Amino acid sequence: MRNKLAGLVAGFGLTLACSTSAFAQELTIFWAEWDPANYLQELVNEYEAETGVRVTVETTPWSDFQTKAFTEFNARGSAYDMVVGDSQWIGAASEAGHYVDLTDFFNKHNLKEVMAPATVKYYAEYPSDSGKYWSIPAEGDAVGWSYRKDWFEDPKEMEAFKAKYGYDLAPPKDWKQLRDIAEFFHRPDENRYGIAIYTDNSYDALVMGVENAIFSFGGELGDYANYKVDGIINSDQNVKALEAYRELYGFTPPGWAKTFFVENNQAITEGLAAMSMNYFAFFPALLNEATNPHAKSTGFFANPAGPDGDQYAALGGQGISIVSYSENQDEAFKFLEWFIKDETQKRWAELGGYTASAAVLESDEFQNATPYNKAFYETMFKVKDFWATPEYAELLIQMNQRIYPYLTAGEGTAKEALDALAEDWNATFKKYNRVQ
Amino acid sequence: MTTLTMSRLDPGSRAARRGMSDLSIRNLFIIPTILFLIVFNIFPLLYSLGYSFTDFRASSNAPANFVGLDNYRTLLNDPFIWSNFAITAKYVIVSVTGQVIVGFGVAMLLNRDIPFKGLITTLLLLPMMLSMAVVGLFWKLLYDPSFGIINYALGLGRFEWLSDPDMALYAVAITDIWMWSPFVMLLSLAGLSAVPKHLYEAAAIDRAGPLYTFFRITLPLVAPILMIAIIFRTMEAFKTFDLAYILTSQPTTEVISIRLYKMAFQEWQTGLSCALAYIVLIMVIAITNIYVKYLNKVKER
Repeated sequence: MRNKLAGLVAGFGLTLACSTSAFAQELTIFWAEWDPANYLQELVNEYEAETGVRVTVETTPWSDFQTKAFTEFNARGSAYDMVVGDSQWIGAASEAGHYVDLTDFFNKHNLKEVMAPATVKYYAEYPSDSGKYWSIPAEGDAVGWSYRKDWFEDPKEMEAFKAKYGYDLAPPKDWKQLRDIAEFFHRPDENRYGIAIYTDNSYDALVMGVENAIFSFGGELGDYANYKVDGIINSDQNVKALEAYRELYGFTPPGWAKTFFVENNQAITEGLAAMSMNYFAFFPALLNEATNPHAKSTGFFANPAGPDGDQYAALGGQGISIVSYSENQDEAFKFLEWFIKDETQKRWAELGGYTASAAVLESDEFQNATPYNKAFYETMFKVKDFWATPEYAELLIQMNQRIYPYLTAGEGTAKEALDALAEDWNATFKKYNRVQ
Repeated sequence: MTTLTMSRLDPGSRAARRGMSDLSIRNLFIIPTILFLIVFNIFPLLYSLGYSFTDFRASSNAPANFVGLDNYRTLLNDPFIWSNFAITAKYVIVSVTGQVIVGFGVAMLLNRDIPFKGLITTLLLLPMMLSMAVVGLFWKLLYDPSFGIINYALGLGRFEWLSDPDMALYAVAITDIWMWSPFVMLLSLAGLSAVPKHLYEAAAIDRAGPLYTFFRITLPLVAPILMIAIIFRTMEAFKTFDLAYILTSQPTTEVISIRLYKMAFQEWQTGLSCALAYIVLIMVIAITNIYVKYLNKVKER
């Protein structure tokens, strides 16, 4: 009996000893569940082959991502060593001390020059223009458009379009053309619809969709440096932009009131819509004939310009940060040193990741690799983002509450919705003493 | 009637030989349960009550400041919160009424000698056994305007169940009725089978009509057990989250628990959301109390 017990204890001790030594060589990266996370896992497998350090990319569905990450942060849990977090989290996570300050690392490797400027501004720096950095741009992303080339290039359609609108049918150059084309292809009787846009108001989908209109119409959400919103969020440009988005909603497939990237890709794969808004990160699936029967006839274009020629797109994408409560911070820094190397970034792009490295983005090799990489490159130098203040979630929910009823049900007017939003945002900024 | 007292420990038992008294055995069973309740129920309840008077945010390291009744004042002055409550009330009424009508109706149909009665009852109970999230995902597909089977079966063309702001709440309620009517049916069936047959025979001899029999015999005798079903369903409907959250994101279906979830876990306004949770708790207790009072009255009759 005693021997058995001793054996058990020894076995248990041995297991413990082995597992602790294995833990020292392990890193966990937390991200949302989507294709780029799988590409990242492939990339870090190469790191393991090189160094012997095992890196695991742990994922959770998008709807759950923010909640799960912050629950872990708030509990000061060490489950994740690094997190590829949304750009708007950076204020909340840095002010609360969840992220390790990467300013020295950033300056040492001159990342301000190495990475595309917009990605540094929105993924890494907080507060804006402070020179303090909290993450390394990892997955660049922005909203672009996919369209049905076969519908656009059908001679009969081209003729009919020219007769009706007086110009040639081609990928739209501005929001006016976008609207015309959506109207032209909107034929509910034929089960064909004009356009697919984001409308889900449960997190940030609808707001990011609307941002494409607002930024291209020359509008802004507010002054990010001094929290001024009056006359900015409810400016004339923004009213017009919101009205334009409302008009597009009229050309969407039926039941298009809770849609995000899944539905918008389905609009193309199911042959429902002529054009579909989506993040570039979701475009690889549209070129895959296994997932898109229309893969051969799917084309891509960048977010079109507004009436005054401004052309911007809503930023997506994430930077990678080290979690303050990680027990493997030194290992994590070593990993990041490897991650920012030019070869690694090049390999990252090859695997399907959207690198933020300016050199890789500018290379012909990258731009010609897929039909949408060129549009991606162009877009990544003209992107804008939502507020990154710690209370961004409240601002987001207030925006959803105000604009969703107008956009989907036509309640009130765009001006009323935005005036009310300006009031909400002012009250929120006052509550957190951002303004007097 | 025997009075319930603890029987003496058998002096020959092992426990007695170890010198354990009746009292210590009782404590051995009860104390862990009480401790468990205190640690996981009572303590968080009181702790969150404390937080509801502060501006605490779980997402930051900033210390919580005492703000008095500010949170309650903010919430009760927020028109969006009031509309959330109105939506919840409408949902509870529609969904519970529907469940009682359908559930009780099916129970009446089943309360007779028919072949395969047991099998039919079991099959009717299936919806109740599914997970809420799964039911939500299934019904989202069933309601789809382009390929959903409901529009096809009813010949409604492209009727937009979930994206029509006026219809969405009813669509969620219909799903809830489908899922939980069997629960009402099960309890009603138990009540119906307990109604003494001789009452119906007496009514038949007196030539009472079916309606009269129903309102004077069946309903009063089943009422207490039906009330219990209604209490359970009202409490559940009041805290509905999964179905409404999965099926649609219309502002017209944002019941109070969805707003609470967003406030607590998306905005991380922990103090404010604790206050809202307390308001909801007080309302549920109040409504349940009204029901229980009524239930006692019904029982006395």
